[in-house]
Amino acid sequence: MAIFLTEKTKVIVQGITGSEGSKHTRRMILSGTNIVGGVTPGKGGQVVEIEGKSLPVFNSVKEAIAATGADASVIFVPPKFAKSAVIDAIDAHLPLIVVITEGIPVHDTASFYAHSLKVGKSRIIGPNCPGLISPGKSNIGITPADITGPGSIGLVSKSGTLTYQMMYELRDIGFTTAVGIGGDPIVGTTHIDCLRAFQDDPETKAIVMIGEIGGDAEERAAAFIKEYVTKPVVGYVAGFTAPEGKTMGHAGAIVSGSSGTAEAKKVALEAAGVKVGKTPSQTAELLRAILKG
Amino acid sequence: MDLFEYQARDLFEANSIPVLKAKVATTAAQARDAAQEIGGKVVVKAQVKVGGRGKAGGVKLAENGDDAFAKAEAILGMDIKGHIVKKVMIAAAAPIESEYYLAILLDRSNRSFLVMASVAGGMDIEEVAHKTPEKLAKVHIDPNEGISQEKALDIVRKGGFGNDVEKQVADVLVTLWKTFQSSDATLVEVNPLVKTVDGRVIALDGKVTLDDNAAFRHPEFEALIDHEAADPLEALAKERDLNYVKLQGEVGVIGNGAGLVMSTLDVVAYAGEKFGGVKPANFLDIGGGASAQVMADGLSIILGDKDVKSVFVNVFGGITSCDAVANGIIQALEMLGDKARKPIVVRLDGNNVIEGRAILNKANHPLIQQVESMDGAAAKAAELAAK
Repeated sequence: MAIFLTEKTKVIVQGITGSEGSKHTRRMILSGTNIVGGVTPGKGGQVVEIEGKSLPVFNSVKEAIAATGADASVIFVPPKFAKSAVIDAIDAHLPLIVVITEGIPVHDTASFYAHSLKVGKSRIIGPNCPGLISPGKSNIGITPADITGPGSIGLVSKSGTLTYQMMYELRDIGFTTAVGIGGDPIVGTTHIDCLRAFQDDPETKAIVMIGEIGGDAEERAAAFIKEYVTKPVVGYVAGFTAPEGKTMGHAGAIVSGSSGTAEAKKVALEAAGVKVGKTPSQTAELLRAILKG
Repeated sequence: MDLFEYQARDLFEANSIPVLKAKVATTAAQARDAAQEIGGKVVVKAQVKVGGRGKAGGVKLAENGDDAFAKAEAILGMDIKGHIVKKVMIAAAAPIESEYYLAILLDRSNRSFLVMASVAGGMDIEEVAHKTPEKLAKVHIDPNEGISQEKALDIVRKGGFGNDVEKQVADVLVTLWKTFQSSDATLVEVNPLVKTVDGRVIALDGKVTLDDNAAFRHPEFEALIDHEAADPLEALAKERDLNYVKLQGEVGVIGNGAGLVMSTLDVVAYAGEKFGGVKPANFLDIGGGASAQVMADGLSIILGDKDVKSVFVNVFGGITSCDAVANGIIQALEMLGDKARKPIVVRLDGNNVIEGRAILNKANHPLIQQVESMDGAAAKAAELAAK
């Protein structure tokens, strides 16, 4: 098992005819993802040849589902067009929508997220995220597929490269699924959603949760762990040395006043029984020690 | 991007939210002219992007033009919590009967928008929120439904507003929502919203934060940027489209991906504890495509920081391949020539790492040292910075 994404997932690429879309479609196919087609409004009827696959292009997600039976999409369209692409997927009742695009205005995200709640058929991951990988099964997004293979750890993180770093540190054990939920102020899937899914996934034996400064998502995750998660969880929080009032790259990564500090998040996680590492390598050691008992 | 009060006021006025007559001034003489033009008593208000300016003496009532000159002279140049006052706003004075609070903001916890409204506005709204939360109405707003007249009236009543002003305040709230949405704001706050003795409802002070991600559909954002405030290196980085934040420290940091760079700053600071408290000098995320040009731009900015004693390049190749990064570093050093004089510790991992490390080994550049682990490289960079 894995969470959200398995070898059976049929994936379409929204923005497949763009440069980012076609580049990453190639990478996803090479890492074993079952890509069945793409969507670019106005280019329906074209066929894209990538890595020996002939991928049909459709004008809408609805048409793509009807023709291919797709049950997931990955979105690479520019920020300007991202909202309409996500709404198209939501209205087509696609179960999984992964939004890689960085730089989407938060009013657009708030709008499509509210719409997805109302329609109630889709899980959105992102935006501004690397996507998710179930090693050995499938890979939606931009995570390198060759860092490590399948194993027993579940990982959830806001950040892309920090996810890769942690997967690399724990490459000897491997992962059920690693989910990059994205660094924007509003994301479709939270730490809590992933923690719940990992707790309920019989193959996941332990969970790594990577947080970063800003907001209170980690504090709320800590409360959820206390109440629901019985599997071991280790945590890492980036940004201990970040000064107040400076945004550190992610739109959500800012310490404002006394809230959102790494220290506050660490304290909350530790109070929930989560062991928190000071660095990625130390965090990996904590997890390794737990699995060895 | 946070706006100055006068920019928020102008935005409110442009959106038909009632405000008082006001002008911005950068000199005491301009302040006098503005006061004379407005006529009568005026308020001279320091324009700084930080709270508590009233308590710091940055807001003064002036009787006339000459008095405005004197007050502006005292306020301009004042240091309020590290912010130097460069502009004052001269606003008409209004006889106030009551102070209210009204705000719309992005609510991250609920992944939605939130309205806050209270009749108990003014300087101590935070205390009101903390000690008597029942006096502050908090209502979630569906981003796709917004705030109708009916909804606004409902919120205003929850906030404790009486019959005498509820209609006027609801009108302001509906307009404030339109402003919030059409400007792509993440915060619009009116504090205080006042009732004057003659019964008018007016936005007396405002705070607005705009979403930088939305700049592509708001050409007007450009004019609102406070270019003076940015650190010169930060300004240069922005020009070159680099995500750079200047910090107080000695180890320059370049990495790919915001999370990894934040983590690198921490690891450098921990390593620095063993070397006399050496700290990271900056945050710099070169993002996905580390071309030679991007690497050269990044390196030249960091090497231009006189506080930097060593540089730590920390890259985990995902989409970016390590050989491209290695070539970027070598070409960047060629482009920089004599300007590059500080030691550079490089740690590469991930996509094409073997090729990347080989390129750096072969180049055998006197400034470059490779260390294979992130922790080890941070320690090496801290050690070199402490020398």
